[in-house]
Amino acid sequence: MSIKTVRNLRRCSQIVFFLIFCWLILKTNFEVGFTPTDITEIKLPYPVSIALQFDPLVALATLLANGTLYKGLLWSLVVLIPTIFLGRFFCGWVCPLGTLNHWISEIPSERFRHKGTRKMESNRYKKYQRIKYYILFVFLGAALVGTLQIGLLDPLSFLARSIGTAVLPMIHAAAWGLLDWTKGFGISPVSTAAQSIYDLASQILLPYRKVHFHAVLTIGVLFIIVLILNRIFTRFWCRAICPLGAMLGIFSRFAIFGLEKDESTCDHCNQCLLSCQGADNPDIGFRWRQSECHLCLNCQAACPNNSLKFKFFPNQKVSKTNPPGTPKVDVSRRKVIASVVGGVALYPLFRSGDIFEVNANPRLIRPPGAVPEDDFLARCIRCGQCMRVCPNNALHPTLLESGLEGVWTPILIPRIGYCEPTCTLCGQVCPTDAITELTLKEKVGNAQTQPIRIGTAFIDRGRCLPWAMATPCIVCEEWCPTSPKTIYLREEVTYNRHGDKVTLKRPYIDPDLCIGCGACEYACPVADEAAIYVTSVGESRSPDNQILLQRKVRNKTS
Amino acid sequence: MNRRDFLKKTAKALALASVTGGTGLLFHNRKISRYGAIATKANDFEVAASVSIPRIALARNPDPLTALNRALDAVGGIKRFIHPGERVTIKPNIGWDRTPAQAANTNPILVGEMVRLCLDAGAAEVIVTDVSCNDPRRCFIRSGIRQEAEKAGGHVILPVQEDFVRTNLDGELVNIWSVLKYFVFTDRFINMPIVKQHSLTTCTIGLKNLYGILGGQRHQLHQQVDQSIVDLAAFCRPTLTVVDATRVLLHSGPQGGSLNDVAIENSVICATDQVAADSRAVEFLGLNAGEVGHIALAEKSGLGKIDYRSIGYKEVV
Repeated sequence: MSIKTVRNLRRCSQIVFFLIFCWLILKTNFEVGFTPTDITEIKLPYPVSIALQFDPLVALATLLANGTLYKGLLWSLVVLIPTIFLGRFFCGWVCPLGTLNHWISEIPSERFRHKGTRKMESNRYKKYQRIKYYILFVFLGAALVGTLQIGLLDPLSFLARSIGTAVLPMIHAAAWGLLDWTKGFGISPVSTAAQSIYDLASQILLPYRKVHFHAVLTIGVLFIIVLILNRIFTRFWCRAICPLGAMLGIFSRFAIFGLEKDESTCDHCNQCLLSCQGADNPDIGFRWRQSECHLCLNCQAACPNNSLKFKFFPNQKVSKTNPPGTPKVDVSRRKVIASVVGGVALYPLFRSGDIFEVNANPRLIRPPGAVPEDDFLARCIRCGQCMRVCPNNALHPTLLESGLEGVWTPILIPRIGYCEPTCTLCGQVCPTDAITELTLKEKVGNAQTQPIRIGTAFIDRGRCLPWAMATPCIVCEEWCPTSPKTIYLREEVTYNRHGDKVTLKRPYIDPDLCIGCGACEYACPVADEAAIYVTSVGESRSPDNQILLQRKVRNKTS
Repeated sequence: MNRRDFLKKTAKALALASVTGGTGLLFHNRKISRYGAIATKANDFEVAASVSIPRIALARNPDPLTALNRALDAVGGIKRFIHPGERVTIKPNIGWDRTPAQAANTNPILVGEMVRLCLDAGAAEVIVTDVSCNDPRRCFIRSGIRQEAEKAGGHVILPVQEDFVRTNLDGELVNIWSVLKYFVFTDRFINMPIVKQHSLTTCTIGLKNLYGILGGQRHQLHQQVDQSIVDLAAFCRPTLTVVDATRVLLHSGPQGGSLNDVAIENSVICATDQVAADSRAVEFLGLNAGEVGHIALAEKSGLGKIDYRSIGYKEVV
């Protein structure tokens, strides 16, 4: 097989894995059938989070943070073990974010006008490429003491989150706007055509309903910045930031596959350097760096004289002008230790603040099945799969609701969407058990077992129509899904401003029955800030965040 | 600077100045409509009344299909209401993520049979839809209505945001509101409610079921619930009201959830008078129609008769 064929294989592999990744995100969606005769379990037909389970960094970091490899995370060995022998093939052949960066780096621009020296020099190994190792060790240090920050920059979490909560909703909004705009012309063939294109798009790309995410601005802007950085340095993310790339670089320390350089046939045309993705010095006369190489094979394919060859057990003819390649990572032990210590120090920094222990945000409502907060922050990789799958657009990435420690972890915002009582999808897609997979029975409970609660509803009597404005309204009670209803009504007599007697029903809440689903807050007709709202108190996952003494006792003993 | 340059430059500057100024003047205080076109109901859904045919019939039978067919035959049979080539919209209550046994949604078997009957009568298209409260993807399936209606050949539509049109309902209270287009642009409209208790209106049957044609912030209508229901009833004037009283939800309405809340009544009401239909059906809840605010107001507004026996009420088995 010629090297050109192998390079084409690599291109195909990139396309295929990128498409699979996108397809899995598209399928992280509630579009399933089930039988109506009974309250049945609704299961997603595909293992939509499987891509994240192949991520060795997620596996290692969650292992450090909570001592177990959850569910499918063993799959990550399929990536990690071949890396030990081959090097960072994942970065060049598989990683969808790497592929995206690769493609965007290749788009011709003014950078390419400086063809010769400037581009060549920009592809030479640079000191800034060490940053990714520092990031990795800071995150691993943090994970070691139980705060999982890896999800911020892990490439698969990063891409899943960006596509799921920013890119796809943006496409939806754009398609919607375009449709409206074409309809504005009032020319029927135009609007019909636009409608059919929109319908087609909604079959493939768009979810059933338009979604709006809370922290989309930060996620979207960061994603755009990462893509734009490719216009300044080829694959800047992969070279300098990616902690997974760093981890795989370290694991390729003993790789038996590598680059063999033949100085005798080289005429120093520098084609190899011009086409290099990882900035690992493929050209003769410089030290090739195994830990930076993505195995894209561009250098070998570009070489007109066959001076470069990737092979097992490369035999490098070393001379004064041609130094040997090195498998070592260009980071000193001292800096590694400093980074780990820095990461460890993040924990006391986060936890000595008020938000975790003494001043938790009452609106920090976690998804049903979420593990206790301490454990949650040791598990959540912020991949956004739960937010994407939530059929009611109820789950959102946080901004600072759970402090800097929990940026982009899921929060339920009932005003936008409530937790559907018979839905267990968020637990099904969570790749790290931050949200435990619940059966329907566990979630709704029965005579013997308690239902899963995520909070408790409270009435704002200053805004509530029957309480404050002598106006009838029972919408919260109508929407309350528990049976018997948590929200009960009492007929009471009040007076309007003219002093007339008005008899109406006023809502009350029974905190023992409330599951915190937020349907009441969602449906409340007071348009901006609802007159009934849910806070996290009473959540099943916490023995302490309770109102009722009786439940506190029960939780502690069970 | 020579004369030619002077003239050229001045002319260009003047041209730009006049375009700028003209644009400003052109758009000065321009009135723009912030909303698109407003739809109005195109067709009268009702069929002409006939003195010889009763306006309301109730059939009691443990088999819901038999009950429906008997009741329907007693008010003149399907061919009286649906004519070949017509587009029919059926509106069951598909409000909640509940199973058929929990009696929060219309019995799916009745909906399927109604679709079949309409198609047999020659309807060009039978649409089954509702603006659910819970996620429609759950409600339509959990209620069993999607399967039954599709099996019968109906076109089941889960409403999305694009399907709503701003419509002039021309009511006392409810004027311009967002309405699901399948209830505006159609030829015949069959309302298929289920009988349920409701804490504000005491009951929700056919009239209250019409809330389900609306989008927008319809919960605000609860502040003047009677008038808003009557406005909707006056706007819709369904061809036929088919009340599912096979199961009746007595408590915890309109969602229910427990089988203890459900009573088995094995009855179906067909009526061309929507007020009469509700007036008969409230009796399953132990209520008196005259004391139910929105039913009383509906009669007062001339939409139908509470005294259903006066318009040829018929009971069959």
